[in-house]
Amino acid sequence: MLGKTAGGLFWMFRYLERSENNARLLDAGFRIALTRSASASEEWKSVLKTAGSVTDYEALHGTYESKKVIDFLLRDLANPSSVISIMKAARDNARLVRTALTREVWEATNEGWITLKELLDQPVPEKDLPDALSIIRKQNALVRGATHGTMLRNDGFHFTQLGTFMERADNTARILDVKYYLLLPSIAKIGSSLDNVQWETILRSVSAQRAYRWLNGDQISPANIAEFLILHRQMPRSLAYCAQQVDESLGFLQEEYGVEHESCRLANMVHQKLKTGQIGEIFEEGLHEYIEGFLFNNSSLGAQIERDYRFQG
Amino acid sequence: MLGETESVREPYLDYNEWFQGEDPARIQRKAGQAEAFFRKTGITFNVYGTDEADERLIPFDVVPRVISAREWRKLSRGIEQRVSALNAFLHDIYHRQEILRAGRVPFELIANNEAFLPQMVGVDPPGDIYTHIVGTDIVRTGPDEFFVLEDNARTPSGVSYMLENRETMLQMFPELFSRIPIQQVSNYPTNLRRSLGACAPTKCEGKPVVAVLTPGIHNSAYFEHSFLADQMGAELVEGHDLRVVDGRIAMRTTQGYTAIDVLYRRVDDEYLDPLNFNPDSMLGVPGIMDVFRSGGITIANAPGTGIADDKALYSYMPEIVEFYTGEKPLLNNVETFRCSDPQQLQYVLDNLAALVVKEVHGSGGYGMLVGPAASKAEVEEFRKKLIERPTNYIAQPTLALSTVPIFTEKGLAPRHVDLRPFVLMSPDRIDITAGGLTRVAMSEGSLVVNSSQGGGTKDTWVLEE
Repeated sequence: MLGKTAGGLFWMFRYLERSENNARLLDAGFRIALTRSASASEEWKSVLKTAGSVTDYEALHGTYESKKVIDFLLRDLANPSSVISIMKAARDNARLVRTALTREVWEATNEGWITLKELLDQPVPEKDLPDALSIIRKQNALVRGATHGTMLRNDGFHFTQLGTFMERADNTARILDVKYYLLLPSIAKIGSSLDNVQWETILRSVSAQRAYRWLNGDQISPANIAEFLILHRQMPRSLAYCAQQVDESLGFLQEEYGVEHESCRLANMVHQKLKTGQIGEIFEEGLHEYIEGFLFNNSSLGAQIERDYRFQG
Repeated sequence: MLGETESVREPYLDYNEWFQGEDPARIQRKAGQAEAFFRKTGITFNVYGTDEADERLIPFDVVPRVISAREWRKLSRGIEQRVSALNAFLHDIYHRQEILRAGRVPFELIANNEAFLPQMVGVDPPGDIYTHIVGTDIVRTGPDEFFVLEDNARTPSGVSYMLENRETMLQMFPELFSRIPIQQVSNYPTNLRRSLGACAPTKCEGKPVVAVLTPGIHNSAYFEHSFLADQMGAELVEGHDLRVVDGRIAMRTTQGYTAIDVLYRRVDDEYLDPLNFNPDSMLGVPGIMDVFRSGGITIANAPGTGIADDKALYSYMPEIVEFYTGEKPLLNNVETFRCSDPQQLQYVLDNLAALVVKEVHGSGGYGMLVGPAASKAEVEEFRKKLIERPTNYIAQPTLALSTVPIFTEKGLAPRHVDLRPFVLMSPDRIDITAGGLTRVAMSEGSLVVNSSQGGGTKDTWVLEE
């Protein structure tokens, strides 16, 4: 497989995952803005912070109004992280790697792009936002479904998986990082339960309220949420799950190509650490420091994959 | 569809019977679906200088063009003869130049031609094939009467439309294909792969590795490039994926550099190698011409083939066919006036309003004058151009082109068409796919069928024997 193609697959799926994550984040933020107008502005700021867009937003807008934030995150072409910009990048990459995709995956991506371009041609009124966000998630689910249902499980498939799970891990870690002060078990808060709305945003942004309740009942504690999002190996958006998928895909490439790469060693290390991690130790080390460390390792791993598999040259 | 006596022409009988039994509203609906189908599969072409939002669809007409098996046999024999002659001409012109010595083609025509590559003199391409893929543009003027408009021996495009038009018709009107026996076109990608593989260079070891070279996703024909690579199971590469490694052209893969044996390039000669041609080109591969000359890679079509479809040379095609095949040409050439000749120029100037004038190096319907359809001012403007640079132009009479029906809101209506059959040439055989790309002028009376000028396409059926 061409290095360029491997890189195109990796980035195509990173972008697809990112657009879905942004839709989820927006959904969570919108829910808070609706139910708690007093804290809406703070909540929007934290959504933008998670999406890494605070600076870009503030350069254009002064206040955190729902309408402006929604427009900025969904359809502003000047915002490289808006859903429309990201989907365009995903589709450009899909065009680049057209020969490595099945017809169904290509068509799902292209149709998704056409649908979103029409959907986001005009500002989305607040009353239509939930529908619009659900369409964005659905379009991504179609691409994912076509990918899993039709693609050969060869190196190309594993590059799509690497893109998906590297991005997802990054996203979950960012949500935790932005919300970490909520989860810090300070002396004052030990034993007290978290603010209902705030923990809900965290879980909602990873679409896991039900799963969490199913596992933990009504025991809503900082340690439980952190453990769920970092260490729970059955939770498909947890760091541990993502690390396991990345480790497996790089393991496949190592076996297939018969070459041991640095990226494979790094990914294995990250996975092992999460596999054996204890939430108590993480809080002892400091949640923020722990997440920062993870984000740093994740981005070095991304750069290493790029070098090992010759995405650029 | 109608013959001279206003009755339905024989090849259309079956289709017409089906059509008469259909509800026009249903066909109208299907036509709408076809557009959605093309958009979904991304069958678009980019328009230069516009935003990516302007990926356009080529209009598609749902009424097929039907050609009888007998007509097709005659046509394909003529094409085969012509393509063989072109290939022999190219070999000759880059070696002993017998045809010039014999005085059948004037020396100046080659010597002063930009499409002639001195770098190719004395070079032997693998299997002696120059024109691996040719798309001959043909028009029909009457029963069994065909004229060649252009030979397109450089990098003919449009084959993806031929294949997708058929695919679309199969999806929309499957019942037609069980009623009417139609020759298949879907074997083209397999034949292309086989044909290119059969031209592998001597340094090829094992199964030939084939790749398609594209200028990139912003090229207007990118869809076709990726489509062909996909259908052949070949890699789609850009210049920056390639470099010279150990005397071969190699592509950068996830596991290092791998040698390519056959490169189906969709990049023009002058961009192919910055060391040998345009030094500013970012699209090509530095040193590829040296590898080519040493037998390290097959380039399809071979560099320098453009000389064969130069419009100034076109008028010599009857001589070229006779010189190399020893036979009379089976297909007609359109009568062509060379404006470089003072007498012929005078004739052209005197009859400008009745003629089609073309630029010698032009393509895509740009830089031409269609006399009968042009305004007085346009004709006068062209007159000035002709007097200024006569050698830059040729002129042809407009032919009494036959028409085929298209589907309009008011029912069937006649439009002018041309046909581009696709020819594959390898050392052991010539394959011509049964059919080709039919391009159709979408407005009434128009003779311009180019997609860049608003023309559309339709499926082409060659009936089984």
